[in-house]
Order: sequence, then C-alpha cells, then structure tokens
Amino acid sequence: MQKKILLISRRAPYGNSTAREALDTALAASVYDQDISVLFMDDGVFQLLKNQHSQLIDQKNIASTIPALPLYGIENIYVHQNSMDERAISIEELVLDEIKMLNDDDVKHLLNQQDHLLSF
Amino acid sequence: MSTLHTINKSPYTNNTLNSCLRICAQNDAILLLEDGVFGAIKAAPAATELQSLTKTGVKIFALINDLKARGLEEKLAPNIQPIDYDAFVQLTLDHHRVQSWY
Repeated sequence: MQKKILLISRRAPYGNSTAREALDTALAASVYDQDISVLFMDDGVFQLLKNQHSQLIDQKNIASTIPALPLYGIENIYVHQNSMDERAISIEELVLDEIKMLNDDDVKHLLNQQDHLLSF
Repeated sequence: MSTLHTINKSPYTNNTLNSCLRICAQNDAILLLEDGVFGAIKAAPAATELQSLTKTGVKIFALINDLKARGLEEKLAPNIQPIDYDAFVQLTLDHHRVQSWY
C-alpha cells in the first residue's frame, strides 16, 4: 500500500553525515514506490546552495545529488521560506529551479497530509 | 597571554559561538571552521557581535576550504579573514593556548 512519507532535512551539509543520510534514505525509499516528499528547513537549506566545492574537504558534493531526486520519482521538493530569509538566501542561489517555497502555515498543512515523517 | 578560540558548529542550531563571545578577551582570536563557517556569513545571527569584537582588536578568521566547500565564499562578512590550513597552524603557534568550543 502506498503511503505518504515526508522526509525533513534540517542539518547543514558536511559537518556531520546527517544530510547525506537523509538523501540516501530518500533515494532508497523511492525504490519501494511510495509517495515521498522532501522538505529542507533550518540549516538544511544550506545543502541547496550552488558553488559548493566539497572536494576541498574530501567529501562528496551534496548539491549535485539533490537535482537527481526527480529522476527517482521524487517530484515534491520543498524549502521553508523563513529558514531561507534568516540566512539571507534567495531562490536564485539554489541548485533547484523547481523547488516550492513554503511558509509556516504551508509546512503545518504539509505535515498534516502525511502518513509518516522521517526527521533528519 | 592570548587564546585562540575555535568554533566548529553552526550558530543557527548551536550556542557555542555565543559562549565563546562572552569569554573572548582582547588580543584573542576566533577561528571558524567546519560548520562553524556558517557564522562567518553576513546574515549570521552573531554577525553584529563579531563586528564589534573586531573593533576591540579581536581577530576573526574562517577556514577557506570549509567556506568554499559549502559555497559560502561570496557571502563572507568583510571583517572576517579567510585563511588556509597553513595559516591555521601558524595561529596555534601565535597564541599561548587553544580553546575548542566543540
């Protein structure tokens, strides 16, 4: 049975492995034909910045994996507007053009629609 | 008798930078590295405090590789100096001790 699953990614990339694990989980879960959405909020929005040169600290580039999500059938990718504002990040600075911006009320509504939440 | 303070956590999700700012004395230096470099951008929560510290003579640095890895080079606040790993080693020699706020 297909379930609605929202994966919430709230950590910055590279300082620890949480951001990478969130993406790996999304890609793995997509294989099981579930209705998966991804929400980036708090420091998680930093994962979406262009111009990341993670090879300088010997890490795989997270920003290059994120645009692959739609290829795995994960079309619903959201970002929390307030988290972007707090960090003075504009939508033009992100690796995804098709990302949907959500305010606090939109996030509440999104959570209410889900069967399961996966928090990273 | 100065101290080098190192910060490796994002100031958006962690309070270590604030703890450091309270303790930091004149002639000390602060180095932001790993996720600590998110505190070096112009919009960072403690940007104003860091700026006033700079005026009192405290030098603030951010590790360039960590900035570039996260795509933050263009967002760096003007009062914070980007440095490489060699300069990091030199900083540990220039100060009497290192306090790591991890």
